[in-house]
Amino acid sequence: MQRIGVFICWCGSNIGGVVDVPAVAREAAKFHGVVYSAEYKYMCSEPGQEMIVSAIKEHRLTGVVVASCSPTLHEITFRKNIARAGLNPYMLEMANIREQCSWVHQHEPEKATKKAIELVRRAVAKAGKLEPLFESAIPVTKRALIIGGGIAGIQAALDIADAGNEVVIVEREPTIGGKMVLLDKTFPTLDCSACISTPKMVSAAQHPNIKIYTYAEVEEVKGYIGNFSVVVKQKARSVNSNCTGCGACWAKCPTKNIPNEFDLGMSMRKAIYVPFPQAVPNRPVIDRERCRQFVKGKCGVCKKFCPTDAIDYEQGDEFITENVGAILAATGYDLIDWTKIYGEYGYGKYPDVVTGLHFERMVNASGPTGGKILRPSDGEQPKTVVFIKCVGSRDEAKAKEYCSRACCMYTAKHAHQVLEKIPGSQVVIFYIDVRCAGKAYEEFYLKTLHEGAIYTRGRVSKIYPEGNHLIVKGADTLLGRPVEVVADLVVLATAMIPSAGSADVARTVGFTVDKDGFFQEAHPKLRPVETNTGGVFLAGVCQGPKDIPDTVAQASAAAAKIIGLLSHSEIAGEPTIACVNEAMCSGCLACRGICPYRAIEPKEIVERLPGKQVTRVVASVNSGLCQGCGACTVACRPGALNLKGFTNEQLLSEVDALCQ
Amino acid sequence: MKVAYYPGCSYETSGKDYEISAKMVCNKLGIDLVEIPDWSCCGSTAAHSTDHLLAVSLAARNLALVEKMGFDTVTASCSACYQRLALAQAELAQDKKLLEQVNEITGYDYKAAVKVNSILEIIAGLDEESIKAKITRSMEIFRIAPYYGCLLVRPSKVKIDDPENPTIMDRMLQTTGAQVVDWSHKTECCGASLSVSNNDIVISLVSRIIKAANAADANCIVTACALCHLNLDYYQSFATQTKGALKEMPIFYFPQILGLAMGFSKKDMGVEYNITDTSELVKKVV
Repeated sequence: MQRIGVFICWCGSNIGGVVDVPAVAREAAKFHGVVYSAEYKYMCSEPGQEMIVSAIKEHRLTGVVVASCSPTLHEITFRKNIARAGLNPYMLEMANIREQCSWVHQHEPEKATKKAIELVRRAVAKAGKLEPLFESAIPVTKRALIIGGGIAGIQAALDIADAGNEVVIVEREPTIGGKMVLLDKTFPTLDCSACISTPKMVSAAQHPNIKIYTYAEVEEVKGYIGNFSVVVKQKARSVNSNCTGCGACWAKCPTKNIPNEFDLGMSMRKAIYVPFPQAVPNRPVIDRERCRQFVKGKCGVCKKFCPTDAIDYEQGDEFITENVGAILAATGYDLIDWTKIYGEYGYGKYPDVVTGLHFERMVNASGPTGGKILRPSDGEQPKTVVFIKCVGSRDEAKAKEYCSRACCMYTAKHAHQVLEKIPGSQVVIFYIDVRCAGKAYEEFYLKTLHEGAIYTRGRVSKIYPEGNHLIVKGADTLLGRPVEVVADLVVLATAMIPSAGSADVARTVGFTVDKDGFFQEAHPKLRPVETNTGGVFLAGVCQGPKDIPDTVAQASAAAAKIIGLLSHSEIAGEPTIACVNEAMCSGCLACRGICPYRAIEPKEIVERLPGKQVTRVVASVNSGLCQGCGACTVACRPGALNLKGFTNEQLLSEVDALCQ
Repeated sequence: MKVAYYPGCSYETSGKDYEISAKMVCNKLGIDLVEIPDWSCCGSTAAHSTDHLLAVSLAARNLALVEKMGFDTVTASCSACYQRLALAQAELAQDKKLLEQVNEITGYDYKAAVKVNSILEIIAGLDEESIKAKITRSMEIFRIAPYYGCLLVRPSKVKIDDPENPTIMDRMLQTTGAQVVDWSHKTECCGASLSVSNNDIVISLVSRIIKAANAADANCIVTACALCHLNLDYYQSFATQTKGALKEMPIFYFPQILGLAMGFSKKDMGVEYNITDTSELVKKVV
C-alpha cells in the first residue's frame, strides 16, 4: 500500500490567484492512498523543498505528488528533492495546475479549482501505481566522428581534439575546406577567406588527435550515445599513400578540359587532379569516369611518370569501422539550382547571368580569372553590374520561403568589390529588404551604399539580351514605377539549401530533418546544437542558413557539448524506456517497424515447457537507443511492451481517476 | 473528336482570320468543333476588371450550356475567352458556395465538371505524326518568332505551359518544317486593351516585341491570341515609323501556318485580312 504525500503550490499568485489552493489540498487529503496533504507559497523554493523532505521522513511517504507548474520546468528539481529524503526519484508524479489550469482559466476561478482537484486526483492515482526506476550506466567511447570537413567540421574537430579527444573527420570531396575556401574576401572585415581557413585545414591535418578521411562517406551507423560503430566507405582514390603530392601526374595527364568543380566549371582540370593547390591532403584522385585508363583501358601516363609508384589503378573502395562516442553532422549547403526555376532570368541560357559563388571565384586572385571581374561570355570587363537578392529565398511561390541570411552581406561585399576593382563602374542592387543584423554588418552596408551602390527596392521580373547587354527589367517599389537597367553582368544571390545527399546522412545516422531538409535541432533556442537522437550533434548550414561567424560559433558550441559528453567515462541512461514482457510477446515484431530509433531487435529465447525446451523469437529493446517515445507500446498487439514510468496500468489508472 | 466551341466576340471582327483558319485546320485534323447554341459574353475585360461575381457568372452561363449539350470539353480560339472560361471553371470547381451563388444567378444547375482547353492545347494534344501526315508544303523559309502573350500562361491555375518559356506552340510549328527562333519576348505584354484607351503605351510595348523579333532574325511572328494579333499587326506600323530602323514583321495566327502547310489556299486561311503585308512571305510557299 502506497503512502502518498500531496504538495500543492501557489506559485505566488500564478496559481493561488485563481485556484483555491487550500480547498484543493483539503480535497486531496481525502483521496485513496493519501496520508499527507499540504500547500505552500513556492514549493520549488528552499523552504518548500525542505517541507517535502521532512514530510517524507515524518510520514514515511512512499510516493509524492507535486501540483504546480509544468513538469518540463521542475520535474527534475523535485526528483532530486525526494531523492534527498531517500525516496527513489521516479516515485514522483506532477500535476500541472499552472499552464494547464490557472493560466488558461483566469476568469473562471471556481471551475479552475474543480479542474485542479481533478488533475491532482489523476496524479494521485498514477502515484499509487509508480514503481522505482533505476538509471543505467552507459560506457562512453572518447572519440568523436565529424561528418563534413567544411569550416564547421574543422573548427569543431580542432576544439574537440585540443581537449584531448580523438576525432575522425569524414569528407566526401577529395579535400577538406568546404565552401569557405572557395570564397574571396569575407564580410565585414574583408579578410581573405583562404588565408584564414587554409591554416585551419593544415592544423587539422597535422593534429595528432585528428584523423581525416577525404573522398569518403559514412556508410552505416550502429549503436547509441557513447557507443557508435560507424562504417566509413573510403572511395578508391587510385593513388596510394606513397604519394608526395609532387604534381608530376597531373602535369602529364593527357585528359584535359574537364570542368573543374572547384571553380564551378569556369576553369579546367585534368583527369587526375587536386581540386586546388592548397588542398588537404595534397594528394590527387583519379576521376575514373573521365580517365582514359578507365574509360578506354589504356593510357598509364600518370603511372609512368609517378616517381614514387603511388598510382594504383586496381585500388577498390575500402570499408573501415570506427568506434566513436559522439557524432557531429556538419554537412553544409549547396546553392539552389536557379536555372530550373527562374525562367524570367533565362533558365541559365545567358552566360552573363551568374551566381554569387561564381562571382567569388572570379574575384578571387587564385580563381579562374586571376581576380579580374570579367563577363563569362566575352571576357570583357563589365561596366554595369546588377545584383539580384533573394533568388530562391523568400519566394514561397517558386522556391523557398526562408531567408538565406548571408546574401545581404555578401552582396554588399560584392558591390564594394565591383566599385573598387572597376573604375567608373555602376552597381545596381535589387532587394526586398536589407538585413544586416550582425556585429559591424550595418556599418559595412552603409559604407557600400556611400561608395555609390544603387539599392533599388523591388524584384526583377525579366532579364533578356539586347546586343552585348542584358536588359534587366524590375520594379522600384519605393518610387512606385518600373525600372530598366542595361547591364553587362548580373549576379544572383541564390538560396542556400541543404547539401546534396544530406537527407541520406540524416537517414544513415538516424535523426530528423525539417520541412526544408535542414537538420532538426532538439530545441530551437535551448538545445540548438543537439538533435533528438542522443549523442548526435549539429553545426553549420546543415541546420539552417547562416554565415561564417555563426557557423564557427555553432561549431564551437557543438564541440563544447561533445567535449562535455566525452569527459565522462560513463553516462546515466534514462530509465523511462520501453521494456518487453517476454512471456507475453508473440514475436510479431510489429514494434520493430514503428520504432523511429531502430532500438528494437529480435532476440531468441529458450523456454522450458513441461517435458521440452522451446526456442522462440521475442522483441528486445536496446536501452541505449530507446528514447522512450512509446510508439512501440501502441503497436504491440499482445500488450507485451510497456514504457517504464508510463505503463499501461499507470495510464489506465489515470483515465479511471479522471472519469470518476 | 467532338469538342464544344466557344467563338467569342472577336470571331466576326478582328479575329475573323483566326476563326476561319482554326476551323479549317481542325476540320482537316478530324476535330469537330460544335458551336455552343446561344453563347454569350465570356466576361472578359469590362466585367472581370470591375465585378468578380459578374465575370464568373458570365463565363458560367456558357459552361452550363456546354454541360447541357452533353459535352465534357469546351475550347475557344481567343485566348482571353479561354482564360475567362478556364479561370471561372477552376474557381467554381473549388468553391461550392460560389457555384451555388452563380447557379442562382444564371438559372442553370451547373455541376462544374466541364474541361476548358485552349484551341492550341486541343491541336497540340493530337499525335504529332497525325499532324505531320497532313503536311504537304514545307514552311522552311518561315523563321517564326512564336508569341504567346500573357493570357495562355497566366495565372498559374490555368496556365497551359511554362509562363516564362512556353514551348507548346514552338513544337507544333516545327512539325510544318518552319524554323522557330529562340527569342526573349515570347510572353511580354502587348498592351492588350490599352489599345482602346492609351495607345501610346501599346505602341511602345509593341515596338519592343517587334525589335526583339528582329534581333532574333525572325521573318514573322505567330500568335495564338486575337488581341495580341491586333496590337502587333495594327500598331507595328506606328512603332516602326516612330522607333525607326525596324523590319516589318508579318503577324500570323498559328492555324494559318498549319493550314498553309497543309495545302490550304491563302483565301482559306484568311491571310488577306492581315494588316501588315504577308504576301511577300506567303507567295514563297503558295
